[in-house]
Amino acid sequence: MSANMVALAYLIAAVLIILALKGLSSPVSSRRGNLFGMIGMFIAVVVTLQFSSVQNYAWIFAALGVGALLGGSVARKIPMTHMPQLVAFMHSLVGLAAVLIAVSAFYNPAAYGIAAADGGLHLASRIELFLGAFIGAITFTASIVAFAKLQGLVSGRPVVFTGQHFVNLILGLVMIGSGIIFCMDQSWPAFLLMLSIALVLGVLLIIPIGGADMPVIVSMLNSYSGWAAAGIGFTLGNNMLIIAGALVGSSGAILSYIMCKAMNRSLFNVLLGGFGGDGGAAGAAASVGDRPVHAGASEDAAFLLQNAERVIIVPGYGLAVARAQHALKEVVDALIGEGVDVKFAIHPVAGRMPGHMNVLLAEADVPYDIVYEMDEINREFGEADVALVIGANDVTNPSAKTDPASSIYGMPILDVSKAEHVIVVKRSLAVGYAGLDNDLFYMDKTMMLFDDAKKACESILQSIEK
Amino acid sequence: MSQGMIEGAQVAAQAAQDSADPFILSFTVFVMAIFVGYHVVWNVTPALHTPLMSVTNAISSIVIVGAILAAGPMEMNLATILGLVAVGLASVNIFGGFMVTHRMLAMFKKRK
Repeated sequence: MSANMVALAYLIAAVLIILALKGLSSPVSSRRGNLFGMIGMFIAVVVTLQFSSVQNYAWIFAALGVGALLGGSVARKIPMTHMPQLVAFMHSLVGLAAVLIAVSAFYNPAAYGIAAADGGLHLASRIELFLGAFIGAITFTASIVAFAKLQGLVSGRPVVFTGQHFVNLILGLVMIGSGIIFCMDQSWPAFLLMLSIALVLGVLLIIPIGGADMPVIVSMLNSYSGWAAAGIGFTLGNNMLIIAGALVGSSGAILSYIMCKAMNRSLFNVLLGGFGGDGGAAGAAASVGDRPVHAGASEDAAFLLQNAERVIIVPGYGLAVARAQHALKEVVDALIGEGVDVKFAIHPVAGRMPGHMNVLLAEADVPYDIVYEMDEINREFGEADVALVIGANDVTNPSAKTDPASSIYGMPILDVSKAEHVIVVKRSLAVGYAGLDNDLFYMDKTMMLFDDAKKACESILQSIEK
Repeated sequence: MSQGMIEGAQVAAQAAQDSADPFILSFTVFVMAIFVGYHVVWNVTPALHTPLMSVTNAISSIVIVGAILAAGPMEMNLATILGLVAVGLASVNIFGGFMVTHRMLAMFKKRK
C-alpha cells in the first residue's frame, strides 16, 4: 500500500469513528453507529498490520487474541451496576498502553520512522513524547485509584493531609522540569524521573476526591485518555490518532462539565477534593431532629398510585443498590395496565456515572421513551398526581432552591415537591451523599415508606394486584 | 544589497511559508477535530452518556496503531516487548469497549 493509500484509509477510519459518536444522538441510530466504530477500528488495525516494518505477526496476533478473549469475556459478564468501575479500569489500560508506547518509541525511534540522523529523536518528537508519556502515566494510576474506590477495594472517603496541594504542586513542577531536561538532552534518567513522578501524581490527585464526585472524575479521566492518545498521534505524526484522541478528549471534557453543572460545583472545586468528608456528616447530625414525618404502608402507596392519572417516578442509585429495577418495572407495568400515565425523571447525577441510571432502567426493560431527562420533565411535576421517589435523595431536596445557606444551594433539582402527592421509599431518614437533611421528607403531602426498595416494590405490586 | 538578493530572499521566505512544519499541520487537524468532537458530543442524548463513555474508551484504544508499530520488528528487545504488551492492553479495550457498548445499546427499546 502506498503512503497515500494508507493516509486515505486512515481518513476513512477517522470518519467512521466520528460517525460512531454521531450515531449516539438517538438510541435508534446508535447501534449502527457502534458498528461504524468497529469497522473504523478494524480498518485502522489492518492497514497498520500491512506496513513493511511490521513483521512480528505471530506475537502480535497472540497479543491481539489474548486481549480479545479477556475484553470479550469481561464485556459479556459485567453487571450494568459495575459499568463505572469497568470504564475506569479501561481508562487505566489506555493510559498504560500510551506509556509503554512512549517508552518503546524512545528506546527504538527507528521503528516509528521518527529517528533523527544520529539515531536519537528530534526536539519536536521529544516534546510530543514527553506530553504523551506523562498524560498517559497520570491517566494510568489515577484510573486505578478511581477503579479501587468505585469497586470498594479502598474507602470512597477523601484522603486529605496538610500541605497536600503544595506537595502536588512541587511534584508537578519537578515533573515538568525533568521533562524539559529530557527534551534538551534526551537522557533516560530525566525521562524515567518524569514518568515516575507522573505515576505518583496520578494517585495523589485522586485520593482527596470523595466517592460522590467519582462521576466527574471518571469523565475527566475519559478525557485524559483521549489526550494521551492524541499525544501518541503527534509523536507518530498520525492524523487519525490525533482525530480519535481529540474526539475522546473533548467528549470527556463535555461530560465532566455536564456533571459539574448538575452538582453546581466547579471542576476546580471537585479537583481540590475533600467533599463528602467529616464536615458534612457533622452538620447533618446536628440538623436531623425529631421533626414529624408521615409514614405509610405499601397499601397506602398502592392506593395513591392506582388512583392517580399521572405518576412520575424519580429513581436514584439506591434503586440499583437494592437490585429493585425489575420489581419496579413490574409495578410500572401494572400501573400502565390500569391506565395510569407513568414517566421516569432522571437527574444527570442519578447514577454512578453520566447516563448510568438510563442503562440500569433499560436493562430492566423499561422503554426509553417513558424515561425523561430533568430539563424535559421538570415542568410536568406540577401536573403530576403522584411523584414516587425511590432510592434518590439529594437531587430532590427543595432547599437547593429555597435555602441559600444550604451546601447544595443552586444545584438543579427535580421539582418533586410540586406534585400533588409524594411517596418516598427509603430505608431510614439517613442523609444522602451531601450529608444534608431533606425538607421534602417532612412536607404534609409526603408519605414516607420505610422499606428496602425491592421489598417496597414487591409489596406495592401485591397490593395493586389484589 | 542588490535587487536580486532581495528577490532571492523573498522567494526563500515564500517557500518556507508554503511548506509549514509537520507539527503545525498535525496541530491544525487536532484543533479541527476538537471542534468536530464538541459539536458531535453535545448532540449525544444524555440517556446514552454511559455508552458514549464506553465507546470512547474503545476509540481511544486507537493507540493500538502505535503499539503495533512498536511490536513490529522481528528482533525481540525491550521496545518490541513493550509494544506487544501495549497491543494486548489496547486489544482488551477495543473488544471490551465495543462489545459492552453493543450490549448496552441493545437494551434500549421503545414502548411496545
